[in-house]
Amino acid sequence: MGLFGKIRDALKKTKDSVALKMRQLFLKDKIGEAFYDELEEILISADVSVRTAEDVIDQVREEAIGQKLKDEEFVTDLLKDILEDTLNEAPVPELQYPCVIMFVGVNGVGKTTTIGKVANWFVRQGKSVTIAAADTFRAAAIDQLEIWANRAKVRIVKHEDGSDPAAVIFDAVSSAKARGTDVVLIDTAGRLHVKENLMKELQKMDRVVTREYPEAQFLKYLVLDATTGQNAMSQAKIFDEAVELDGIVLTKLDGTAKGGFVFSLCGELKIPVVFVGVGEKIDDLERFDAEQFVEGFL
Amino acid sequence: MALFASLSERLNHIFSKLTKRGKLTELEIRTAMREVRIALLEADVNIKVAKQFIADVSEKAVGQEVLQSLNPAQQVIKIVNDELIALMGPGNAKLEVAPKPPTVIMMCGLQGAGKTTLCGKLALLLKKQGKKPLLVACDIYRPAAIEQLKVVGQRADTEVFEKGTQTPAKTSRQAVEYALRMGYDTVIIDTAGRLHIDDALMKELEEIEKAVSVTEILLTVDAMTGQDAVTVAETFNARLGVTGVILTKLDGDTRGGACLSIKAVTGKPIKFIGVGEKLTDLEPFYPDRMASRILGMGDVLSLIEKAQEAVTEQQAKDLERKMRENSFTLTDYLDQFEALKKMGGASALMSMLPGSKLKIKEGDLDEKRIERTRAIILSMTPKERDNPQIINSSRKRRIALGSGTTVQEINQLLKQFDQTKLLMKQMKSGKGRMRLPF
Repeated sequence: MGLFGKIRDALKKTKDSVALKMRQLFLKDKIGEAFYDELEEILISADVSVRTAEDVIDQVREEAIGQKLKDEEFVTDLLKDILEDTLNEAPVPELQYPCVIMFVGVNGVGKTTTIGKVANWFVRQGKSVTIAAADTFRAAAIDQLEIWANRAKVRIVKHEDGSDPAAVIFDAVSSAKARGTDVVLIDTAGRLHVKENLMKELQKMDRVVTREYPEAQFLKYLVLDATTGQNAMSQAKIFDEAVELDGIVLTKLDGTAKGGFVFSLCGELKIPVVFVGVGEKIDDLERFDAEQFVEGFL
Repeated sequence: MALFASLSERLNHIFSKLTKRGKLTELEIRTAMREVRIALLEADVNIKVAKQFIADVSEKAVGQEVLQSLNPAQQVIKIVNDELIALMGPGNAKLEVAPKPPTVIMMCGLQGAGKTTLCGKLALLLKKQGKKPLLVACDIYRPAAIEQLKVVGQRADTEVFEKGTQTPAKTSRQAVEYALRMGYDTVIIDTAGRLHIDDALMKELEEIEKAVSVTEILLTVDAMTGQDAVTVAETFNARLGVTGVILTKLDGDTRGGACLSIKAVTGKPIKFIGVGEKLTDLEPFYPDRMASRILGMGDVLSLIEKAQEAVTEQQAKDLERKMRENSFTLTDYLDQFEALKKMGGASALMSMLPGSKLKIKEGDLDEKRIERTRAIILSMTPKERDNPQIINSSRKRRIALGSGTTVQEINQLLKQFDQTKLLMKQMKSGKGRMRLPF
């Protein structure tokens, strides 16, 4: 992967359209309220929230006072800086081993696929991995995860369909502890954040890990679909309240969606993006890089 | 939710600003629309769709008669709401039936939209309607997808036709032959989730379309989708000619603006909505519910409805005539109070308003005071109600005794009535628009 990796490639479609819009904007030559309105619209059409877009534009406006805003590069650089600063407001915590990572999220965001890819990523770092099949709810979720475990050549701990997910986690954590495994990845059933009983179930799973494996670093990653709109904020807030999130995995960035909500996530909630999913193959996963993301975004 | 609260507050803001003026002008429409725009964007309505929508609605709103019982802001919101309903509707919870069986339904959409679960839900629905559905497994890519459909099929008590990882077109053709042989009247094809820009995979769907005669092509869309919903729907529709849309995961707290975007760019009906993980969690689509969800102000809308119900058109007309003739009496004044009561009383009314911070002086809407006013007016003779000027001090004492109030309160009421009359006189020069005289 060169200087600009897959994230950049994945965002290229985004880049083309945003850059094109920006160029068209500068051709109009007049810098007034209409200019800022259009700039704001460009951000909003990339799923940046209205509030964050307004904030960003206000910052650009402030910085630009007294300067000639007719210069395309100047504004682009300014925007880049502001956006990158926003992303850097939430630094990614260092990984320590042994560690347990629990993946949570709403239905259909790509949790199971992500775990397959993340398992592979750790294996390539020379780490030993155990996967816990704690999505015992969705039809064939365990089968799906098992196929990924085989692809990544890692161990999987599973029970029957419909069994208690906390029990699966207990087994996975105990065996990982006994074997001295570096990383435990926990797959959980997709759940809408508004379903209180399901969020309680998640808290129970959270407690099992904390209680059974206090010496391990315990991280909880929220998996978010880049196609999602403003609801991403609501998801992050409520999952964070339930289990205290440590990071975000942004999936499906290989489509035409831009995932602009991450600026609000990092800026307002201070939850960092850790990984980015850019395809269905096992190595279609990248560590998140703020500079690269913004470079591709604008 | 903070999101809703802020919207309510902003709305509240317009309400108070617009109430003061009491006239629906271009400027006021623009003010209200600015807030509507934010509401739409926060609900994930595509920005271009939102802009066009607001332009269209603003044009329609200018010069529209303001309903007697509404203030201008409410009127704007009502127009917006009506237009949203018209644009998203009509809902069409009917699946087309092929003239020659079997009817073939092909599901399509992005990864994780909820196609496989939906297949089970549709199968169950069709069975309930007395149909004999067959499920066909054509997701040959995602690990264990066929397995998942089998489990779903089992739950829906529906047979699943699968041929492993051979091409979906071939499997579909064989499935239709099988359905004919076995007497299945509907074939539901589950396909792999795919990106709309994945040319090879989009071709695969076109191949299915060529291989069998497809009756319905249902685009499945996650209701939480953001701005990109437009691109996705446009591309799927352009390549396949989608016949209907199903929105999934509406049991969350998403405002679901993608719905408006998709309807606007494809023009295809929203057939069903998915509202849960159980196979029975499939509902017809109601545009009116979706509209208030997108606007995030269901309460304001029901308030507007109530206001409309409480004051009939005839009553409103009578009132207007009386204003014109300056023959507004205490009886009419009482009618206004009754109308307010019909709306559930002042406190119910207040509670329905966003943020409950509307600029109505608290004393004005004290329910006990309304009751007392009622008692006072009812203690008058009909003659007194029509000609309040004849109420002298002895009459006042009698009325006070009869209504269990004091002479001061009667003086207060008469003074207020005079003010209302004066206000009406001033408004007469306008276009006869009026609100409740409080």
